[in-house]
Amino acid sequence: MKILVPVKRVVDYNVKVRVKSDHSGMDIANVKMSMNPFDEIAIEEAVRLKEQGVATEIIAISCGVAQCQETLRTAMAIGADRGILVETDVELQPLAVAKLLKAIADKEQPALIILGKQAIDDDCNQTGQMLAALLGWPQATFASKVVVADGKVSVTREVDGGLETLSLTLPAIVTTDLRLNEPRYVTLPNIMKAKKKQLDNVKPADLGVDVTPRVKTLKVVEPAQRSAGIIVPDVATLVAKLKNEAKVI
Amino acid sequence: MTTLVIAEHDNASLKGSTANTVTAAIQCGADVHVLVSGFNCGAAAEAASKLAGVSKVLVADAAHFADGLAENIAAQVLAIAADYSHILAPATAYGKNISPRVAANLDVAQISEITKVISADTFERPIYAGNAIATVQSSDAKKVITVRTTGFDAASAGGSAAIENITAVADSGKSSFVSREVAKSDRPELTAAKIIVSGGRGMGSGDNFKILEPLADKLGAAMGASRAAVDAGYVPNDWQVGQTGKIVAPSLYIAVGISGAIQHLAGMKDSKTIVAINKDPEAPIFSVADYGIVGDLFEVVPALIKELG
Repeated sequence: MKILVPVKRVVDYNVKVRVKSDHSGMDIANVKMSMNPFDEIAIEEAVRLKEQGVATEIIAISCGVAQCQETLRTAMAIGADRGILVETDVELQPLAVAKLLKAIADKEQPALIILGKQAIDDDCNQTGQMLAALLGWPQATFASKVVVADGKVSVTREVDGGLETLSLTLPAIVTTDLRLNEPRYVTLPNIMKAKKKQLDNVKPADLGVDVTPRVKTLKVVEPAQRSAGIIVPDVATLVAKLKNEAKVI
Repeated sequence: MTTLVIAEHDNASLKGSTANTVTAAIQCGADVHVLVSGFNCGAAAEAASKLAGVSKVLVADAAHFADGLAENIAAQVLAIAADYSHILAPATAYGKNISPRVAANLDVAQISEITKVISADTFERPIYAGNAIATVQSSDAKKVITVRTTGFDAASAGGSAAIENITAVADSGKSSFVSREVAKSDRPELTAAKIIVSGGRGMGSGDNFKILEPLADKLGAAMGASRAAVDAGYVPNDWQVGQTGKIVAPSLYIAVGISGAIQHLAGMKDSKTIVAINKDPEAPIFSVADYGIVGDLFEVVPALIKELG
């Protein structure tokens, strides 16, 4: 069975990004970029399914600028067999990405598509669900356990207040939560091997997809800052303040 | 122009997140209907009809809606979507699962986790873990939106909307519910609690979280944790407060042994009053705390419990 894993290039999670002074967006020039952490978990899960003998081929896909090739090489170093870059300089929004991925899924006919539950830049949490809708496939979002057997995938999901388990017919969409697995470290020999793996380049027009953004960002500002309060000397003062000043207990 | 709210419920009761979403719906400037898709969900529908500002509650009652499967609920929303200019759902695990499916099938964008309605097509939403607030405008004819519940007050009671039964769509047959493990607790739910006591990596172990229990009991508080504490395996993931966990805004948030990583602050900095207990005076948590105590949490917490009497 074939697995597709879309991966997004985002600002590294350790970088503290700042709002541009003209409020047009975030200042991400010359900052370190990495694979979205949830997508790394998605690739790792696919590789584990291949190691279990469940999956036969893993295809990593990235949509965006030419530099997304680096993200795809990382995916291939973790264990993806080949990569597809859908290259465009247009700002891609989740619906457009879902349409691009649908076009590729129609061509590649995977049994499973594993995506990160959200990207840590736009925090949208949409693409997996949208792709499932466009393909007419079932979905299990926020997965913490994935078991494939007998033409079905059983997924344990992190929901508010606990866990729930669903059973989906294949083909299906799974989106990853943090605790699904811990991605392996990429080794130098695997980085070298990844450089020789096949990487195809297509354009949105080749896939017949209109990627025009539907949502316009009018401005981006810093959030209102909380001002630091006071250090109290002891718990008696704290309780008095909570009772009389903040009036919260 | 009518706005539809997708109700989050467990058939027997309506989740509080629905009431916050109704408030956002009213601000979109239109008549508000609520869709309750469930099984034997009369009580949830009844509760929705009592929210002020709701003019009609639509009920789709069928066995395959019992467990809130995204495929079936989204299909039910799509069946009536033509009548609405805005479709809103709470940005909870429930709403986030369903809403993008609706948007994609309508060929419109979704606007995720709005915290403010500026006008019928313009909204504010946090990006980069709350490090920035974007004002976004949708060019789509229909707006599909998820609502960050902490951004909006809950709609008050006192309404008396008509309840109307509608035809349920068929089961997709592609997914089925197997089981649910809900953590049993006498404490309030994290996202609905007025007071939250949260522990971080400074707790040192899962066992040590027990010292927070009497404090939570005394205050009638929910218990939470930072991602560091969850990653270390001290407590279950559904306790996690932060960018990738739950977003909370209680009236009192007590952070114990939490350093205050950006991604944690993203989940709790809208709390009314924040108390931080940490032995490191340089910990970033103190920069957002209203009241801080610098000291060993294993001494401060028992003293605090004693002081509360």
